[in-house]
Amino acid sequence: METKDSKKVWPEEVRGPIWAVASGKGGTGKTTVAVNLAWVVGEKVQLVDCDVEEPDAHLFLAGDASALREVTTQVPWIDQSKCDFCGLCAQFCQFNALAVVSRVSLVFPELCHGCRGCSMLCPHQAISMVSHRVGQMEIREIGPRLTLLTGTLDVGSPQAGPVISAVKELRDPRILTILDAPPGTSCSVESTLRGVNRVVLVTEPTPFGLHDLKLIVELVRLLRLSFGVVINRMVPGQDLVRRYCEEEDIPVWLEIPEDRRYAEAGARGRILVDEFPELRAAFVRLVDQLKEADG
Amino acid sequence: MTTELVVISGKGGTGKTSVAASLAVLAGPIVVADCDVDAADLHMLLRPEIRVVHDFYSGREAILNQSLCVRCGLCADLCEFDAFTRLQDETGITRMDVRLLACEGCGVCVRHCAAGAIEFPEKFRGHWFESDTRCGPMVHARLLVGSGNSGKLVNQVRRRAFELARQHDLAWVITDGSPGIGCPVIASLTGATHVLAVTEPSVSGSHDLLRLLALTRHFSIPTFVCVNKFDIYEPAAREIEHMTKAAGANFVGNIPWDRAFAVAQQEGRTVVETDGPGARMIREIWDRIREQIGQATQEGNHDEPA
Amino acid sequence: MKILVTTEGENLQAQLDVRFGRAKNFLVYSTDTMKWNIVDNQDNQDAGHGAGVSSAQKVVDLGVTAVVSGHFGPKAYEVLSAAKIMMFSTSDCTVEEAIDRHRNGKLPLVTTPKEPQSH
Repeated sequence: METKDSKKVWPEEVRGPIWAVASGKGGTGKTTVAVNLAWVVGEKVQLVDCDVEEPDAHLFLAGDASALREVTTQVPWIDQSKCDFCGLCAQFCQFNALAVVSRVSLVFPELCHGCRGCSMLCPHQAISMVSHRVGQMEIREIGPRLTLLTGTLDVGSPQAGPVISAVKELRDPRILTILDAPPGTSCSVESTLRGVNRVVLVTEPTPFGLHDLKLIVELVRLLRLSFGVVINRMVPGQDLVRRYCEEEDIPVWLEIPEDRRYAEAGARGRILVDEFPELRAAFVRLVDQLKEADG
Repeated sequence: MTTELVVISGKGGTGKTSVAASLAVLAGPIVVADCDVDAADLHMLLRPEIRVVHDFYSGREAILNQSLCVRCGLCADLCEFDAFTRLQDETGITRMDVRLLACEGCGVCVRHCAAGAIEFPEKFRGHWFESDTRCGPMVHARLLVGSGNSGKLVNQVRRRAFELARQHDLAWVITDGSPGIGCPVIASLTGATHVLAVTEPSVSGSHDLLRLLALTRHFSIPTFVCVNKFDIYEPAAREIEHMTKAAGANFVGNIPWDRAFAVAQQEGRTVVETDGPGARMIREIWDRIREQIGQATQEGNHDEPA
Repeated sequence: MKILVTTEGENLQAQLDVRFGRAKNFLVYSTDTMKWNIVDNQDNQDAGHGAGVSSAQKVVDLGVTAVVSGHFGPKAYEVLSAAKIMMFSTSDCTVEEAIDRHRNGKLPLVTTPKEPQSH
């Protein structure tokens, strides 16, 4: 990943692969796949919950949250003693994060994208950039081999991007990482998928499932990522997603049959591979396929 | 006065769209608004015939004019979003490019580019449509991938739906609301007369519902709640019913797990156009909602000062 | 004194628009001359985000004393308060009725923002 102020750069050979689990729509079982995948992977792994608006992987994985860290962005602060209320900053801001009325200038940090444009152009150098909290991160040691990193966006804070980037940065790049992406195809999904080696797309064999799968396939192809599909709640004969994948030459890595017992266990927050040996075997095969794809 | 029922769900996959489409069929003729623009699926059940296509623009984006670019690299130095990449060799920068999907449209580069090589047009994000369906006019949208939903689009879709309701003299707008609890869902709720939250009996289902109920209470919008697939985990369904009442919202029913949801989807129909326990329960839910809104409206008229 | 009413239409008989930030038009009414004019707010109606802030900025720049609308979001509220513009809330009426209600002192002064954060 090319970032401007590259923090720690590890040599290529010691970097662990990054797999992401994504889905064109919510409710397909994306988190279930991510959690179970991390559970059976058989080596040291970190699961990163990037669904920062509604993080829920921790509901399945018991472990004490430790090492709470804040995520901040840089937003303008106006020194009222230097400001002459010319209003240039408010006119420049594309996001309406500033307003200047009579003798007061106001900043709305939650609208700010942190571009620094206002502070660059202020003729009186009245604007400096200060930290503004947008969310938090937690580290949970789930077991000797699994660490869960959770990013949570503060309520009322609209920009998931900075929290996603921060929680991804928290990982140890030397070991395998699995990212649980937010649902959909929005810019937060793009932030999650940046720098990923392999993407697992979770879908259902329904017309909605197919429609939303096509959207996320479009996105991962645009980003030139290698990917495959997991069909959840598979019903014999419901072949439309399978047919689409054949036509498009997309590998189907796993089919999880529809089973009320799985749905019930999931609703209770259970880990499926612990309850159903047939699923454990299936997820182990999924790991093998992902590793094979890694080469 | 147009009554607008917005169907929302917090987390995805609860059957929100299937329920919204079913209510549209039961209530029709009405106006349907699809504000679940990220995963706009409603059209697969209502099969709209598109009448009018609008372009949708939102925000701006930097476009580099290569013939004017002097390859100084200042844009890349100033951009907080790493939206510029430079190709370099031993002679220096050979080419600047804007990285796909990275520009946030802040305009810093545009202002500072001495060569005037960066254009800053409004960003095209997709289309929105006015259509006809078997239950009345429908307003919906289709965005380019990576665009994401926005309050602006939701606002435009709902506004047009209201105008159509007035033009066609239809009393109801049924809106498939945006998922989550962020900006788009707030935009789908502002000014709505009623909300129906469709949830499911799981740990995350009740967690999200609480946040949604806080939101609708904040807006003082009367809220109905129903649980889909309630029989998957009945204790959680019962807890949701309690939670709903405690929050001052109105619990309107438990929909059983029913294959008809998937079958109807396959056939491009709504659940209530099939026969089964799911369809029966959605009909009951609709009767309850209609009855309670009717009563509320009558009481409301009664209280209205002359 | 000039008061401003948010509206979907373009005259006194038009409906009040309860959404302050994304109101289609502003009707600016002078209580001294009883004359009015329409100010287009289309650009803010269609703002990607921060519609409340930029609508409020526009109102401030129009130099009105009071605004009659439905819901004022927290950011619009903050801008209008800073400019010492009074906010009044009403619903289900025409612009003319809103002005009458205001004149007769029937409208509550808004002293807290109505809605949760919206972007």
